[in-house]
Amino acid sequence: MNDSLYQEIILDHYKHPHGRGLREPFDAEAHHVNPTCGDEITVRVALDGEKVVDVSYEGQGCSISQASASVLHELLTGSTITDAMAVEQSFVELMQGKGQIEPDEDVLGDGIAFAGVAKYPARVKCALLSWMAFKDATARAVGSPVVAAEEERR
Amino acid sequence: MSEEPAVSVGANSPLDVERVRKDFPILDRRLAGDRPLVYLDSANTSQKPTAVLDALADHYTRHNANVARAVHQLGEEATAAYEGARDKIAAFIGAPSRDEIIFTKNASEALNLVANTLASGLAENPRYRLGPGDEIVVTEMEHHSNIVPWQLAARRTGARFRWIGLTDEGRLDLSTLGELINPRTKIVSLVHQSNILGTVNDVETILARASEVGALVLLDGSQSVPHLPVDVTALGVDLMAFTGHKMVGPTGIGVLWGRREVLDGLPPFLGGGEMIETVAMEGSTFAPVPHKFEAGTPPIAQAVGLGAAVDYLCAVGMERIHDHEHAITAYALEKLHAIDGVKIIGPDTPELRGGTISFTVDGIHPHDVGQVLDEQGVAVRVGHHCARPVCVRYGIPATTRASFYLYTSTDEIDALAAGVQHVKRFFG
Repeated sequence: MNDSLYQEIILDHYKHPHGRGLREPFDAEAHHVNPTCGDEITVRVALDGEKVVDVSYEGQGCSISQASASVLHELLTGSTITDAMAVEQSFVELMQGKGQIEPDEDVLGDGIAFAGVAKYPARVKCALLSWMAFKDATARAVGSPVVAAEEERR
Repeated sequence: MSEEPAVSVGANSPLDVERVRKDFPILDRRLAGDRPLVYLDSANTSQKPTAVLDALADHYTRHNANVARAVHQLGEEATAAYEGARDKIAAFIGAPSRDEIIFTKNASEALNLVANTLASGLAENPRYRLGPGDEIVVTEMEHHSNIVPWQLAARRTGARFRWIGLTDEGRLDLSTLGELINPRTKIVSLVHQSNILGTVNDVETILARASEVGALVLLDGSQSVPHLPVDVTALGVDLMAFTGHKMVGPTGIGVLWGRREVLDGLPPFLGGGEMIETVAMEGSTFAPVPHKFEAGTPPIAQAVGLGAAVDYLCAVGMERIHDHEHAITAYALEKLHAIDGVKIIGPDTPELRGGTISFTVDGIHPHDVGQVLDEQGVAVRVGHHCARPVCVRYGIPATTRASFYLYTSTDEIDALAAGVQHVKRFFG
């Protein structure tokens, strides 16, 4: 059995997602699609100054993409934007590390369960989908919150 | 190569599958964890028999030279082998003339050739020029390669892009055919057998209507030519595209067949060596077909390999291959139907469909289905199969697709069914 891909933690997040559903209020949102498989996710970010007050999301896709969004919500809600971006960068590095990077549990929490996904190039995009959407939404929120959100909803 | 196939046990197949499988060395491969390979992705690309592998190696080992321009012995041998492959392929699809076989790099290029030359506006005969007011008709079950070239052609020329929709059962909805194909229709381009639904389309009805209004008919035979006897003369279409690698041949070679009159009417596609009659700085004239459409050094070894593939398929017998796949498909449909939560996307009985079965498993994303099947050695394809409009039509993001060929055994179908059961337990 391929334990290195479908870790128990991933299946847990997939079956019992944390923080799923789009919530108000929010400062910006981003909708990302993986064109090769049709997975999609919408991520909303609510900020209070430097603080990420809420990350809410809704999407459809495989266990990897959905579990990854659940982990993202858990890790980043309540942190500062700077810390959130550091975690995001660490997760991206792990995913692009071809399975050669030893993940830091202090930074990535349940995200370390995705270490095995990095060995499956076809699935890396699934794991990164929500993280890319988060990064995008946050950039919009920090830049010009109202305009970015309006544009996205159009 | 198989000798006269013996009557096989099981699945009402006329093929001795065990004997056929011995012709395909890759089928003996063991995967990670020493699992046997269960290859159910032949609609994506087929495996290759020893006869084809040997033909490729023999060409490069003994006869390699460029074609049609060398006076030396190797050049003559390579040219004879390349042109010999053209003869074999013409005979294989019932083409009236060998000159009607154009080698391309794949089916996509063959389809693009037709779309681009019609859109170029260079044809003398207006029948072969798309313009404002003209209409192009495809179907909603086309591969992207038979959608996008026509959308581009429509944008270039101002022609209107239209399509025949689908029924809930995965067949073409012909109820409005009389309006869809009308005197403004210049070309109807449709798939013979769908790569996602498995549906074999009613070409005759569409052709009859197209003929009434004088529209050209281009058939995408990528998924039919490998699997059932296809005779272009009997079908009566104007043009047909297909590809080598799905019919036990190598990658890098496709075919466009067209009626001589149509190919003569179309202007050149790619310019270059070999496609010319004479070149002057003031202007050039062009070679007659097939060379008019074969600019540059063609895929020589690949054509030779495709010729060997056709020899192999003929020796086994296309009728037998078709009957075997029909039996395997019936068996697979029965097995899949028996699994709770599995839904077939496409015709759910073996009539007028081929051995390509798309399905969904309730609550489990196709990527996860495919990944867990792979862990058991079962190779399928997941995604939208380059036919996204079909997924949109049926309100699903993607499907899992199992596709069969002459070497597919009932044991492999059993492995698929057991694999899907395991997937359900795993994510349950």
